[in-house]
Amino acid sequence: MGVSRDESIDRRNLRFIMNTLNYKPTIGLEVHVQVKTVSKLFCGCSTEFGAEPNHNICAVCTGQPGVLPVMNKKAVEFTIRTGLALGCSISEHSVFARKQYFYPDLPKNYQVSQYELPLCIKGSVTLPSTGKRIGITRVHLEEDAGKLLHAIGARELEYSLVDLNRTGIGLMEIVSEPDITSADEAVEYLTTLKSILRYIDVSDCDMEKGTLRCDANISIAKPGDELGTKVEIKNMNSFKSLHTALLYEIVRQNETLSSGGKIIQETRLWDTDINETKSMRSKEFAHDYRYFPEPDLVPFKPSREWVTEIKTSLPELPLARKSRFVKEYGLNDYDAGVLTAEKALADYFEETVTSCVKLGLNNNDAAKPVTNWITTDLLGYLNTNKKDISLSPVTAVNLAGLIKLLTDGTISGKIAKTVFTEMCNTGGKPEDIVKSKGLVQISDESAILKLVIEAINENPKAVAEFKAGKERAVFAIVGAVMKKSQGKANPAVVNKLIKENI
Amino acid sequence: MIDTKKCSVQEIVDNVKTNKVSPSEVVGTYLARVKDTNPKLNAFVEVFEDSISSRVKELESKLADNPKTLGALAGVPIAIKDNIAIKGKLCTCASKIMQGYVSPYNAEIINRLVAADAILVGRTNMDEFAMGSSTETSFYGITRNPWDLDSIPGGSSGGSAAAVASKMVPLAIGSDTGGSIRQPASCCGISGLKPTYGLVSRYGLFAFASSLDQIGPFANSIPDLALLLNVIAGHDTKDSTSVDMQTPDYVDAIQKSGDVIKGLKIGLPKEYFISGIDKEVETSVRNAVKVLESLGAEVVEVSLPHTEYALAVYYIIAPAEASANLARYDGIRFGYRSKDAADLLELYEKSRGDGFGPEVKRRIMLGTYTLSSGYYDAYYLKAQKVRTLLRQDFENAFKQVDVIITPTCPTAAFKIGAKMDDPLQMYLSDIFTISCNLAGIPGLNIPCGFSGNGLPIGMQVFGKHFDEVKVLQTAYAYEQHRGWAFPGMKV
Repeated sequence: MGVSRDESIDRRNLRFIMNTLNYKPTIGLEVHVQVKTVSKLFCGCSTEFGAEPNHNICAVCTGQPGVLPVMNKKAVEFTIRTGLALGCSISEHSVFARKQYFYPDLPKNYQVSQYELPLCIKGSVTLPSTGKRIGITRVHLEEDAGKLLHAIGARELEYSLVDLNRTGIGLMEIVSEPDITSADEAVEYLTTLKSILRYIDVSDCDMEKGTLRCDANISIAKPGDELGTKVEIKNMNSFKSLHTALLYEIVRQNETLSSGGKIIQETRLWDTDINETKSMRSKEFAHDYRYFPEPDLVPFKPSREWVTEIKTSLPELPLARKSRFVKEYGLNDYDAGVLTAEKALADYFEETVTSCVKLGLNNNDAAKPVTNWITTDLLGYLNTNKKDISLSPVTAVNLAGLIKLLTDGTISGKIAKTVFTEMCNTGGKPEDIVKSKGLVQISDESAILKLVIEAINENPKAVAEFKAGKERAVFAIVGAVMKKSQGKANPAVVNKLIKENI
Repeated sequence: MIDTKKCSVQEIVDNVKTNKVSPSEVVGTYLARVKDTNPKLNAFVEVFEDSISSRVKELESKLADNPKTLGALAGVPIAIKDNIAIKGKLCTCASKIMQGYVSPYNAEIINRLVAADAILVGRTNMDEFAMGSSTETSFYGITRNPWDLDSIPGGSSGGSAAAVASKMVPLAIGSDTGGSIRQPASCCGISGLKPTYGLVSRYGLFAFASSLDQIGPFANSIPDLALLLNVIAGHDTKDSTSVDMQTPDYVDAIQKSGDVIKGLKIGLPKEYFISGIDKEVETSVRNAVKVLESLGAEVVEVSLPHTEYALAVYYIIAPAEASANLARYDGIRFGYRSKDAADLLELYEKSRGDGFGPEVKRRIMLGTYTLSSGYYDAYYLKAQKVRTLLRQDFENAFKQVDVIITPTCPTAAFKIGAKMDDPLQMYLSDIFTISCNLAGIPGLNIPCGFSGNGLPIGMQVFGKHFDEVKVLQTAYAYEQHRGWAFPGMKV
């Protein structure tokens, strides 16, 4: 049982352990994402995150008696957009339904959701690493619930506080087929799905803010056998939780069956504090949601013209863009994957290359350095400073400018790094930084010659060694020249002049 | 001084606009009647004393500015059923569970009434959550029939009907889910209309059964009824089931009644003239039809073959929707909350257990049951299918005729307490009114006589979807030529 608790365990080790288990997992994910609309699903209240509790509320979303829902058409559009991006077919006749259960975060004590006839059905997500397709059963639209507060900081309350700001925000439920066969695959599926949803700009998919949530259904069985009893896992609020919780559950269920026990159909909660799943309710206590069609909303019939219009407006999706990057820019698979994971980053890459071309470089000459600068320097900086690419102080045009200065020999590679750091700190243009700090590379032989003579005179030992045939001794003299020039001397010229004058 | 109680609503409006009578005189006359009569009837559960005087001042200053700017109901007092939201006023559905609830918003029709310069006089009694046919299940006690204090006024909008019939107000608003406007209108001898589903916004009507509920008007005459309908009908973007269409001027339309009635085809459904229906009721309705025939209408028998299933379908669909609609009354955010609950589940159980009356609980349980997993297909889904058949019955009949006439109730108003212990008998009071809600068509009650006991008898007129015009024209043609007079009212 220690497997899932030990977070430091090596991945290869883990895979080995997984392979040795008798029963193999079958996993399906149920993903909820908040749609990125300005107002809530059925009223005009703001969807802004982080407002004072119970600030973004009205008679409708607090479920006052007598109020009626009015559908936010943008939310429907986003759901259809999602369906199309996932290759789903869009229902010609879609119905909203009431899902009934009592809980204080749900003011009406029913959630307007979809049951039969969801907006989108039957699609798939292709995993980049293997090309495996994970089926999408359905995508539907529903309203989010509010939040309950049981403690303030560390202080447990004797009562619970209800915040209804989130209540009524549009929520898409994306249900996968049970096509996932490992925790790794589950994480890759969710990562890929998130990438697509962010590409098509329908959701922020921020797990920390709760705009992306994920539940899993998992059962295990011996290969070839019928599917085992399904267990639902909830409350995994990070990619890491998803991974660890699934590993835990695979091992737990294997241990249960191997020791002659039975898996019971139940809902289990992932507890991040102790890294275990805990039983929440078993099937006997499962909710009967008493779904029935929502009489306050008329059935929704998206016109085919509208669906076509939405389809036409879809951007190039991550997988397609990745293959195009490989083909068009000669990138390797890995780099292309990194660069196309986020639409904003891929856009940034292409904008930088375009700027380089405008500055006189050709496409292929530009792609390589642009890739390197982005994947190592820029992403390094952004990750360290927890910044999004959209907030990068280094613009695509400026990065292109830096690459141009480097390739035409105006600055050395070493200086380029200095300039880049300065660009990150100030957001300045590379030409300005180079000029104001006097960082232009010195290639003028007469200027360098003076320093070379000085260095030769000051390093007789190295000169002697070099003359005695020790080629490497020249580096000491080169170093001395570079030091004198504050790194600005063109290293090629320095080398040449030392050898001529020694 | 002009006796406003003898005026039509249009005359009140005209007199107010021409300064022949002031809003304060109008409302004063009616309030005096309320003061005198309401203690005997208990039609009003609250009279808006404070807001009436400020409202009157508002209208009088508007009059002083420019009388022409006043709306279609200038200075007309109106009563509102206790299940329609008025901002800043208690709104309780006559239930214990909603005691103390002050609405934070206005129903759409309240906005329209206020914009038309009507004066909201008070809220009227009703069966708890509009579930009943007698106004006997109210938290505020029973309402009495102004024609016989020992009889029920009908329900669930019994307070509104009794208030209009006793002339405490010239107009009132009710809601009708299975007959809750037409049946009390029949019992109290006034006009009442359930509009086509989607004609009047439901925004602000505390939902009972969303696919059946409609707000509608009560009045003492068809012209008054048409005038009120003019104000409240029309599309509302806040109600997705409200239909986006241009509504006709119903007051104008009824002026053409005399011409329209000539050659109008009236259908009498054989399923509504059955044994078990009171002889006096049948005779009154048939006599009224003869009046229309004498005016040039053509009368034919029609069939609505699925009528016998209407009651069963209704008592599956309405409680199912109610069980969800009433879930929000949980003691968490508003209304009654039990003080001795140990945990969340107990809070729900005790608040709802103590807060709802027996009839409401019965329907919540019925609805919860029929929507349960494993029963949905057999009950709810099947009921929806039969509902479609009922709707088709009307569509087919309306291929032959323009309007359909039936009795509104099988009997005149029954005695208080007579059916309280027998829910099934109580449900049967609505047997003639229920199909109309299931089909979504308009239905109107107009008085067509009095029983030997001095109780009113009502005739029901159905029309095609959104054909309120023909329904009103038929009723108005009859009203002008009915050939009998109302007896004097004792209260």
